[in-house]
Amino acid sequence: MADEALFLLLHNEMVSGVYKSAEQGEVENGRCITKLENMGFRVGQGLIERFTKDTARFKDELDIMKFICKDFWTTVFKKQIDNLRTNHQGIYVLQDNKFRLLTQMSAGKQYLEHASKYLAFTCGLIRGGLSNLGIKSIVTAEVSSMPACKFQGTMQKGVTDTPNKMFQWILCHRNGRLRRLTKPNIILKT
Amino acid sequence: MAVCIAVIAKENYPLYIRSTPTENELKFHYMVHTSLDVVDEKISAMGKALVDQRELYLGLLYPTEDYKVYGYVTNSKVKFVMVVDSSNTALRDNEIRSMFRKLHNSYTDVMCNPFYNPGDRIQSSPGGPYSRVRIQSRWALLPVSDPVQVGPTSCVRSSPAGPLITW
Repeated sequence: MADEALFLLLHNEMVSGVYKSAEQGEVENGRCITKLENMGFRVGQGLIERFTKDTARFKDELDIMKFICKDFWTTVFKKQIDNLRTNHQGIYVLQDNKFRLLTQMSAGKQYLEHASKYLAFTCGLIRGGLSNLGIKSIVTAEVSSMPACKFQGTMQKGVTDTPNKMFQWILCHRNGRLRRLTKPNIILKT
Repeated sequence: MAVCIAVIAKENYPLYIRSTPTENELKFHYMVHTSLDVVDEKISAMGKALVDQRELYLGLLYPTEDYKVYGYVTNSKVKFVMVVDSSNTALRDNEIRSMFRKLHNSYTDVMCNPFYNPGDRIQSSPGGPYSRVRIQSRWALLPVSDPVQVGPTSCVRSSPAGPLITW
């Protein structure tokens, strides 16, 4: 299917393009992943608007997550999410056993350290989609063995909206304290 | 044919509002603002209803002596409100629905426009080639993915889309 390969190849070029511009000093080193994630965010917003144009209204958060796992994932990656788990308190884990963007890379532990670059865009995609549907969240990804990967979404309740879009801070309510995260959103666990 | 249409963001501020220039526009702005309460009521009522009536089109929100107000909410909580002249009895429900569909399609195109920042005012030029929904005064409506209309990024935020937009 030619259209599948198109997105895959474009995505790979995008990642290497961002990193190349970082080497040349245009982007501060370490901000590449944030940049990719923000790209994914904007794309996710637009995509969700298009995909939900004809669907019925969503009942609740779980309905939205199921939509993301089934219809959204199928339209973007031509397959569904293999496993969705939740603790019913705002944390959802989406597991994809054969993530399309990583299948071409390796089938085990090789290149594991580079996987985070290729997951940033997708994390942003999920976050953008959820944000357009009215859910503020933080999405992280982890890979233990390629090409399987897990996306973890933490929904936030009652976080104030920072009016200034220029700031890259994310206020996270953890253990009752407000923490400012300046690290990129991707956590890589080996 | 609508007398006034408005696109309202999920935080309840207007993204785009256009009415026929011959009338007192403030009156329409006020009507659209008051209809937001009715929209919220309908959405919350729908959430509790067991009936699988999960349509995006809300129908007639409330009638006044001269006008009727219709509403539509997208899945991304963006509301479209349309004010129609009461004397226009030929207008059917289906036509209103199709007008809202066209509005929704145009809005989706705006979202996908790379020069548009979600949350900003929507710019549109009257009588543009991309007008789809008809308004009584032949004003054009929605801006679609024409980068020329949106203008260079520095201008998008500064120029207002029309009279008295802020509430």
